[in-house]
Amino acid sequence: MSLIHLSRLLFAAMAIAWVAAATPPAFAGPYEDAVAQFAEGSFADSEEAVGKLVASGNPRAADIITALQDGRLYKDEDTKLVFIQAADGKISNAATGEAVAALPDNASKVRLNNKLRRTVEAAMAGLTLLSPDLDKRVQAAQQVFKSHDETMLPTVEAALKAEKNAAAKQAFAEARAAILLFKSDAADPAKLDAIAVMKARGDQDALALLTAMPTEQSAAVTNAVAGAKASIERSLAIWSLVQNGWYGLSLGSVLLLAAIGLAITFGVMGVINMAHGEMVMLGAYTTFVVQEAIRTHYPALFDYSLLIAVPLAFLVAGAIGVLIERSVIRFLYGRPLETLLATWGISLLLQQAVRTIFGANNREVGNPSWMSGAFDIGQITITYNRLWILCFTLAVFALLLAMLRYTSLGLEMRAVTQNRRMAASMGIATSRVDALTFGLGSGIAGIAGVALSQIDNVSPNLGQSYIIDSFMVVVFGGVGNLWGTLVGAFSLGIANKFLEPFAGAVLGKIAILVLIILFIQKRPRGLFALKGRAVEA
Amino acid sequence: MTPHILTRSLDRGAALFLVVLAALGVLLPLLNLLTPESSALHVPTYLISLFGKYVCYAILALSIDLIWGYCGILSLGHGAFFALGGYAMGMYLMRQIGSRGVYGNPVLPDFMVFLNWKELPWYWYGFDMFWFAAVMVLLVPGLLAFCFGWLAFRSRVTGVYLSIITQAMTYALLLAFFRNDFGFGGNNGLTDFKDILGFNIQSDGTRAALFLLSCLALAIGFLICRAVVTSKLGKVLIAIRDAESRTRFLGYRVESYKLFVFTLSACMAGVAGALYVPQVGIINPSEFAPANSIEAVIWVAVGGRGTLVGAALGAIVVNYAKTVFTSGPLAPYWLFMLGALFVAVTLLLPKGIVGTVNAWLDSHKPPPTDAADSAAREDGVIQPKPAE
Amino acid sequence: MRIETKRLGATPISRRKWLAAAAGLVLGLSAFGPARAADDTIKVGILHSLSGTMAISETTLKDVMLMLIDEQNKKGGVLGKKLEAVVVDPASNWPLFAEKARELITKDKVSVVFGCWTSVSRKSVLPVFKELNSILFYPVQYEGEESERNVFYTGAAPNQQAIPAVDYLMKEEKVKRWVLEGTDYVYPRTTNKILEAYLKSKGVAPEDIMVNYTPFGFSDWQTEVSKIKTFGSAGKKTAVVSTINGDANVPFYKELGNQGIKATDIPVVAFSVGEEELAGIDTKPLVGHLAAWNYFESIKTPENEKFIKDWHAFTKNPKRTTNDPMEAHYIGFNMWVKAVEKAKSFDPDKVIEALPGIKQANLTGGTSEMLPNHHITKPVFIGEIQADGQFNVVSPDDPKKAKLVPGDAWSDYLPGSKDLEADWVKLKCGNYNTVTKKCGGQGT
Repeated sequence: MSLIHLSRLLFAAMAIAWVAAATPPAFAGPYEDAVAQFAEGSFADSEEAVGKLVASGNPRAADIITALQDGRLYKDEDTKLVFIQAADGKISNAATGEAVAALPDNASKVRLNNKLRRTVEAAMAGLTLLSPDLDKRVQAAQQVFKSHDETMLPTVEAALKAEKNAAAKQAFAEARAAILLFKSDAADPAKLDAIAVMKARGDQDALALLTAMPTEQSAAVTNAVAGAKASIERSLAIWSLVQNGWYGLSLGSVLLLAAIGLAITFGVMGVINMAHGEMVMLGAYTTFVVQEAIRTHYPALFDYSLLIAVPLAFLVAGAIGVLIERSVIRFLYGRPLETLLATWGISLLLQQAVRTIFGANNREVGNPSWMSGAFDIGQITITYNRLWILCFTLAVFALLLAMLRYTSLGLEMRAVTQNRRMAASMGIATSRVDALTFGLGSGIAGIAGVALSQIDNVSPNLGQSYIIDSFMVVVFGGVGNLWGTLVGAFSLGIANKFLEPFAGAVLGKIAILVLIILFIQKRPRGLFALKGRAVEA
Repeated sequence: MTPHILTRSLDRGAALFLVVLAALGVLLPLLNLLTPESSALHVPTYLISLFGKYVCYAILALSIDLIWGYCGILSLGHGAFFALGGYAMGMYLMRQIGSRGVYGNPVLPDFMVFLNWKELPWYWYGFDMFWFAAVMVLLVPGLLAFCFGWLAFRSRVTGVYLSIITQAMTYALLLAFFRNDFGFGGNNGLTDFKDILGFNIQSDGTRAALFLLSCLALAIGFLICRAVVTSKLGKVLIAIRDAESRTRFLGYRVESYKLFVFTLSACMAGVAGALYVPQVGIINPSEFAPANSIEAVIWVAVGGRGTLVGAALGAIVVNYAKTVFTSGPLAPYWLFMLGALFVAVTLLLPKGIVGTVNAWLDSHKPPPTDAADSAAREDGVIQPKPAE
Repeated sequence: MRIETKRLGATPISRRKWLAAAAGLVLGLSAFGPARAADDTIKVGILHSLSGTMAISETTLKDVMLMLIDEQNKKGGVLGKKLEAVVVDPASNWPLFAEKARELITKDKVSVVFGCWTSVSRKSVLPVFKELNSILFYPVQYEGEESERNVFYTGAAPNQQAIPAVDYLMKEEKVKRWVLEGTDYVYPRTTNKILEAYLKSKGVAPEDIMVNYTPFGFSDWQTEVSKIKTFGSAGKKTAVVSTINGDANVPFYKELGNQGIKATDIPVVAFSVGEEELAGIDTKPLVGHLAAWNYFESIKTPENEKFIKDWHAFTKNPKRTTNDPMEAHYIGFNMWVKAVEKAKSFDPDKVIEALPGIKQANLTGGTSEMLPNHHITKPVFIGEIQADGQFNVVSPDDPKKAKLVPGDAWSDYLPGSKDLEADWVKLKCGNYNTVTKKCGGQGT
């Protein structure tokens, strides 16, 4: 049966249905019964109704099931009528498709649970295996792969034959193999082929199916299964190392992002800035405010919310940083331990201020669509948000380096931190540079907050959870050296992620801390120590 | 002639502190025990444990002032020694519960019973004896400080690097003690103590005695610190604080001096913790939190770094403020006050309360002669120069 | 000699200084004096952290208590006396909890205290309440293994939350393989111990159970989530039972969503994630994951609708959510009022005696009762996360007809406590051993 042929058939069915819908139903057929059963309310009834609906072959079935899946299907238990709410809010009678002015007052959503959701997904797969839309076909095939429902076999085989697209063909072949693995009366050669397909797929899902296969098999099949499993496990073990490496990079990028602002305020200026974490928090809250404004006023811009938040967070945190520097820290230069106390006090003030303004609860910061989900490279999963954060971190780092190196402000900053008095006598307004440097460090912390809001809580405690790690990174890398911070962050991240699978999350972290303590004994000034007389000062 | 007179006059200042301490240490428990509740002079029991807690904090502050104020070692992990002392005492108190726990197990503490531990881990042995626990109160923090200091000072880890790794140390211990597998009760810590040395821990008499003991410990700790800082050793410490390299080039073994004073300070912190636990009735890993250690440093700064008396006073003042501000209508805003206090103190009173008062008194005295000036400089009670 | 006179001259100043300091101390002391309550008001203590790490959960409970007290006063108070709330901030600091509890009872002379969230805060104040003989209402689900004369537990014990949730997954989702994922503290530890024993008693093989703990505030879940994924691909239906605490949940769910673990593949049932926690997450990728509670904001009853309306009016915020511990305080507070009216006295002993047997309509259509073991009967609901951040109750079918489960202080699935029983009415004992017939645990 070709696709064209099938679509003709569908068209014919639709024409009949249209005629049927136009004339009031004289009697309730299986289709009408099925629809009415949704109004009963229990999950079991709904599940049965989905089955009957698919069996009825009525062309409206797909619409109704999609509505159920999306939570747009409503029921009225008194009149036993079922309604669909279209995406644009229009209401129609589910059984007939006739438009209805409004939902009855006592109408309520047809509820879903996971079991029903699975039934619905399987049903939708059955209905969309032959869909003209490529994505839908692939999705349906993947769904069949998961459910390996025997009754789907003829449809899958028909689809496989008709399929032209290579990716979809692959998906159908895998779905077919999955069904054959579990089909008790399938011949051995078919099963061996299926096992080979699984072996070629080589991922965890394939392994899962092979493991779950019924055990009573011929010797050849059993051997093939064992061989395939061993081969998949071997390749997965290697991939898991790569995966750990990626996790390490990703953790390292988060550490770097959190620490990079501190590398300026603490590393370059020597201010033990305990309020650094709160600057990160302010950045995260700026993101929240931006997203709130966008949600209420320009929902279409939501995907750009982070791009808008980045400069704003930089400005907000930077401005507060300058304010802190001008009002408190400038009186405390040369007394690093006093600045520790003052900035600790400031961090308490900022935390409580945010708690008073925004409340103590977490605030919701959504992920734009381009930061949601994941993709696979080989057998590892890379989530978009982590990938973007890594890129973002490296970009911020590069920008910062370039700024320090190529701009006049960067030059002045380096001059002032290296020799304040000499810089002053060369005509540099040192106090202005101090304020700007501190503002820059704070601003970068604010930017970090935008990124961290994508993976962590946005709460008044946000900053506290990063402050210790940030100090560790800066000290480990070597105070006053941005490259040290970079190397420090990534080595700590990767070491942590390779320890975690063996030692567990807690012991892994303890081990890292002990390693840092021991490392500092070996190299008391961190990985990349500054050399020269300035060190002792 | 001069040093002798100086010591005498100095002792008067210190003696006054001790006299006030002794007066409070004796008077408050007496007012608590002997006056009827209706009397205006009656001191309620909860005040006794509250002040007992303050006094323990004062000992901790004193131990920090000894190393920070006189030797320039800023430890951001002193809470760890405090907590270890507390745990040693807590383990003794836990064993004293015996079969009076909710499960009535004569050997295992409750938390071990419901986590299915079959027998007591080896490191809990011996804690049923008070003397053993008392030794451990000193030994465990002391040993940790010794090992840590031996490594750190020999490698010449100084300044902020030292501060950060002490913070790493207490953070690592925090995570370790949070682990239930570690055998110290995890997050819940040790609690529900019944008695100490056979005395009911909740009775007024025991509380009064513990308070008195804490005051005594503070007094002894104060005397030890004074003895250290006014001795020749103390002068070397101050030299290290002000110019470490120069002191080393003069032939002093800087790391040995630092190690000694660091270990001594850790033992004092341990004692403070041990006295703290029976008075507050709980010890749990949050005492290891780096924030707690930072707060303790802030007490010292508020009171006046390098003044000893100031450290004790700072601990009491800040904690008193905390008690007052966390109740009543101001409760939601107390962090504002605490934060503002820290900022204000560092900006307006850089020498702390006692340091500022001293400076003010000095400025109202006729200018001292050279001899007196140099003598005062030697006595170790003057303000530290903004070092580091 | 000259030097000596100078020094002597200095002494009076320093003496004066010390006298001033001492005077200051005495002045300070007077601030601690007992505050005398006006005779026509009764004080109610509220002991919830308003700052520090736990403020995130506990601030709401303070607000709900203020609302309840306010409403009671509008109804004329209790026994003709107005109630006055005394709010303190124990700042998520456990020893401070004990100090504040003592202060509330001795200085402010409160008649009852509503408070605590974490187990450690409750453990910290327990000796205080016992010593000073006052009453604490504890509103949060907890690990059980406790029954004290002075404490009334209005949150769920493990048998009112964990076990029904697991039953649901076994029955409805046919789960065969279990990940018990928790934060490393006493509630998850105990709950997982109980669940492990329970699952094994239902024939689950030990290799089909994975237990894993992470630290507080854990935020990098990549490795853990991929571990769950791997564990879940052994060909058997797998579910995650999460006892992950507060702050660590947001990054956990974000990672789940991003790594594409859907509820239809590996459902996660959580015991510490309520409406309040979901308010901080974009829930669209999480639809279908589960939570077990004794109350959901989405349950439609007249009582609940009124409660939500009052709450929005009181907080002047139509978006504030309600959650399970708030309902626990609602039940607890009303039970206390009824017990006071029954005892015709605020005396703790009389109120403690009057409380067992008091019935109070809960917000989900049933009636909860205070049991002799100081726990209450509660309905158990399993809810699925919806895209709007609310829960859709999937079990029982009709929430209003939910069966009430009595809270069990001592779990039957732990070897240490299976023989213990709590009964403060007949046995006057919190840990009666049914084998040795003695009060006092397993004692010999």
